[in-house]
Amino acid sequence: MNTTPVIDVTEIGKHFGNKTVLKNITMSVVQGEIFGLLGPSGAGKTTLVKMIAGIDTGDSGEVTVLNVTMPSFAVLNKTGFMSQSDALYGELSALDNLEFFSSIYGLKKAKRKERIREVINLVNLLDDLKKPVNQFSGGMKRRLSLAISLLHEPEILILDEPTVGIDPVLRQSIWDELRRLSQNGTTILVTTHVMDEAEKCDRLGMLRAGRLLAMGTPEDLKTQTGARSLEGAFLQYGGARK
Amino acid sequence: MRIRALVIRIIRQFLRDKRTLGMMVIAPIFILTLMSLVFSGSHYEPVIGVINIDEEIVMNFEEQNAVVKQYEKEEELIEALQNKEIDGYLQLGISPKITLEGSDPTVNQAVFQTIKMVLGGQEGGTKPEVTYYYGAEDMGTFDNIGPFLIGFFVFFFVFLIAGVSFLRERTSGTLEKLLSTPLRRWEIVVGYVLGFGMFTTIQSAIIVWFSIHVLDMMMFGSIGLVMLVTLVLSITALTLGTLLSAFARNELQIIQFIPIVIVPQVFFSGLFNIDVMDPWLRSIGVVMPLTYGGEAMRDIMIRGKGLEDIAGYLMILLAFSILFMLLNSLALKKHRKL
Repeated sequence: MNTTPVIDVTEIGKHFGNKTVLKNITMSVVQGEIFGLLGPSGAGKTTLVKMIAGIDTGDSGEVTVLNVTMPSFAVLNKTGFMSQSDALYGELSALDNLEFFSSIYGLKKAKRKERIREVINLVNLLDDLKKPVNQFSGGMKRRLSLAISLLHEPEILILDEPTVGIDPVLRQSIWDELRRLSQNGTTILVTTHVMDEAEKCDRLGMLRAGRLLAMGTPEDLKTQTGARSLEGAFLQYGGARK
Repeated sequence: MRIRALVIRIIRQFLRDKRTLGMMVIAPIFILTLMSLVFSGSHYEPVIGVINIDEEIVMNFEEQNAVVKQYEKEEELIEALQNKEIDGYLQLGISPKITLEGSDPTVNQAVFQTIKMVLGGQEGGTKPEVTYYYGAEDMGTFDNIGPFLIGFFVFFFVFLIAGVSFLRERTSGTLEKLLSTPLRRWEIVVGYVLGFGMFTTIQSAIIVWFSIHVLDMMMFGSIGLVMLVTLVLSITALTLGTLLSAFARNELQIIQFIPIVIVPQVFFSGLFNIDVMDPWLRSIGVVMPLTYGGEAMRDIMIRGKGLEDIAGYLMILLAFSILFMLLNSLALKKHRKL
């Protein structure tokens, strides 16, 4: 596996008022891996990935993506971000939404058509293309959001809780696709609070109350703590710092 | 029991939203204060122009609380009237002639009444001949405030709708999504102005057409020009609405801007005669877009003026719009520094 770091987070700290959201986070993600940020809600996962996506800034420290300090327009074109909220225009159809965002990314007409067909097949929404998004179920909205973040074939994909509300069969197929993308060289940073999803990542960062407890492959984390499951490992790391 | 739980929850929500709570008290006090300032203004003192008139008559005018300005020639009187230095002028002769500025019925009435009182004491009721420089004798109050109201309602609704829809962009996460793309902040702001601008163009055209042809408002100028002013004013409202949405967390907080941003403009931008207010109060209107929009509308509709006369007002409105757009672009930095 390639070991070139494409995301470098150095001593990032962030406060909201007197509440510490992130404290002294240092981590890096290498090219082509699936890196999972695992932690309960409120751990600071979203804040951290937003900084990496360029839409939030820390009070201290630095984030570089592809060796460029964020935020940078050059890098924003190479990253795809899917936020926790679906970020869709409810009045518009799925196709309208896809067309809008592919225009924002500057895809040419022929390319746009081709990419829309590809991503919509990937998330299995071809039959609902003309439907207004506010008639979509929660899972369908998640899938459409994912499709939108893939439109411009980003080198780095940042996904905030991508599989919430998606049924197990489709979830499996989305993970298969993420794996395929990563084998083709796409770096994927994904947040999750689901342990069995974390197992599917190449490497994990365990985040709790704004601190990075541990980092490593799922296997390493389990061996180091002697726990049989990731959940056990998480409890060990979390407890040890109390 | 369930009702009680509901009541408690609502009370708690209110206590958490200090601003909404404050608005319930402060907003009515604020508006009532404005109204008292506007309506308790003293009686209007007309300014009347005259040519070489007896000291005695001037004294009589002053007794009536009117201001008299002396001029040499009739041309000077007309010029003073156009520059709004005087509200009307009196020419004595075989029969006295009164010329009124004409665009505000209240002022017309004040001038006419004062002259009538003065002349009545003088020569026992020769009927003066009255001409209106602008407007006409049958001009009603609505003809006077109508042009302002067109501007006001367009401003009000564009402000609200633009504010709420830009706010939705924030709350639904789509703004964040947009900022995670290489889209520039100013592109978002300009995009909004253009996208909304299409609709406000249509809106302005329909409202102006309706006011003039259906409501039969007094109209001496060009309808195209009225539409242009309305459009420029609505762009100002649009840019202000989207800017202020940065300072609101939900739709309710957008509505709360109405008493702060919209209502004062009704009082200070020309719907009411502000000449009776203290000078410092009058100067508040300077910072309000509707002052310029309303005055431009009146100039066209009642005074029949052309583009060169209102160009200054349009420039000021455009300057407001550009300022609001720049500020909005800066406000978006809250989300993305770049």
